[in-house]
Amino acid sequence: MKNKYLTLFSSTFYLSSFTFGGGYVIIPLMKAKFVEELGWIEDNEMLDLIAIAQSAPGAVAINAAILIGFKIGKLPGALLAILGTVLPPIMIISIISLFYDQFRSNYHISLFLKAMQSGVVAIIFHTVFDLSLKLLKTRSPLIITLLAVCLVLKLFLGLPVTMIILGCALVGMLSSLVNLPKFKKEAGNNAG
Amino acid sequence: MLVRLFISFFKIGAFSFGGGMAAIPLVQEQIVTKLQWLTMTQFSDLITLAEMTPGPIAVNSATFVGTKVAGLPGALIATIGCVTPSIMIVGILSFLYYRYKNLSVIQGVLSALRPAVVALILGAGISIFKLMAFDDGINYFGIAIAILGLVLLRKFRFSPILTMLTCGLAGMVGYMFI
Repeated sequence: MKNKYLTLFSSTFYLSSFTFGGGYVIIPLMKAKFVEELGWIEDNEMLDLIAIAQSAPGAVAINAAILIGFKIGKLPGALLAILGTVLPPIMIISIISLFYDQFRSNYHISLFLKAMQSGVVAIIFHTVFDLSLKLLKTRSPLIITLLAVCLVLKLFLGLPVTMIILGCALVGMLSSLVNLPKFKKEAGNNAG
Repeated sequence: MLVRLFISFFKIGAFSFGGGMAAIPLVQEQIVTKLQWLTMTQFSDLITLAEMTPGPIAVNSATFVGTKVAGLPGALIATIGCVTPSIMIVGILSFLYYRYKNLSVIQGVLSALRPAVVALILGAGISIFKLMAFDDGINYFGIAIAILGLVLLRKFRFSPILTMLTCGLAGMVGYMFI
């Protein structure tokens, strides 16, 4: 019993320590660890867990850790998995924060950080470009209209982030409720 | 102070859909614009650090901002704030999933959120671009380094970390001679 929790903690700690670059990197690693190595979760179930982790707000890595932790050890398991996931970034950033001011006033480091601002801009634009391409490829009129509307709302009207998120969630909910009977009917026709 | 820290990061956790960069516009709005706990330059440093170190951006931000505002307790409170909505909502979704094995309405909501997330991330990107390019006079060299970064990412498939390091080194040497 004790061993199970220890493995859960050490696995999430290890995975979190070595995933640079956010949630999408950690998913295949989690799959390798929990499905293939430990055999705690079935392949299909893992796909569903990933879908849930991506549907819920917050960091994907944390959401996935909660789901796996809960499955292995209920609430204590989930809390332990969260702890394993957040400890490495907390430790690393705490140490950096302590030295940040000295760090920032160093001539070479401040130039290095200034130059990396350009790098951050490149990464953000690169990500936006990839994500927009994916959205355009859906060829869904609703999605493309929403993208255009959100761009105007954010860039020209400066609406608050939370309002834009809530508005889109509402549109999504309405559209899936409207489409629901259609889906059911199609499913019925296929079955018949 | 700790309560406001908790509430701000609770909001950041509750509204960042789609992982990774989705947290960036929220951190900007809550921490830079509203509470003014970070300057725009510190915010840009924070994203740089978050890209270079392991862990989710939301947790990196929580620790960075929390430590700055209220030391280690601040870091812990902010982190707890940003994971609490995840625990609640993931709990509800997994209950619904094991009960009904159907996520279609949630998936519908999610697909409508993706365009919003893209627009919001672009908004944050543009404000960092403005800071970099137009803060004092037009920074042509900085713009050139950003274009170099985009070419490395898109054409040569560099990883984000390698891109940041290359841009940082090339830019540092360049800025020393300007």
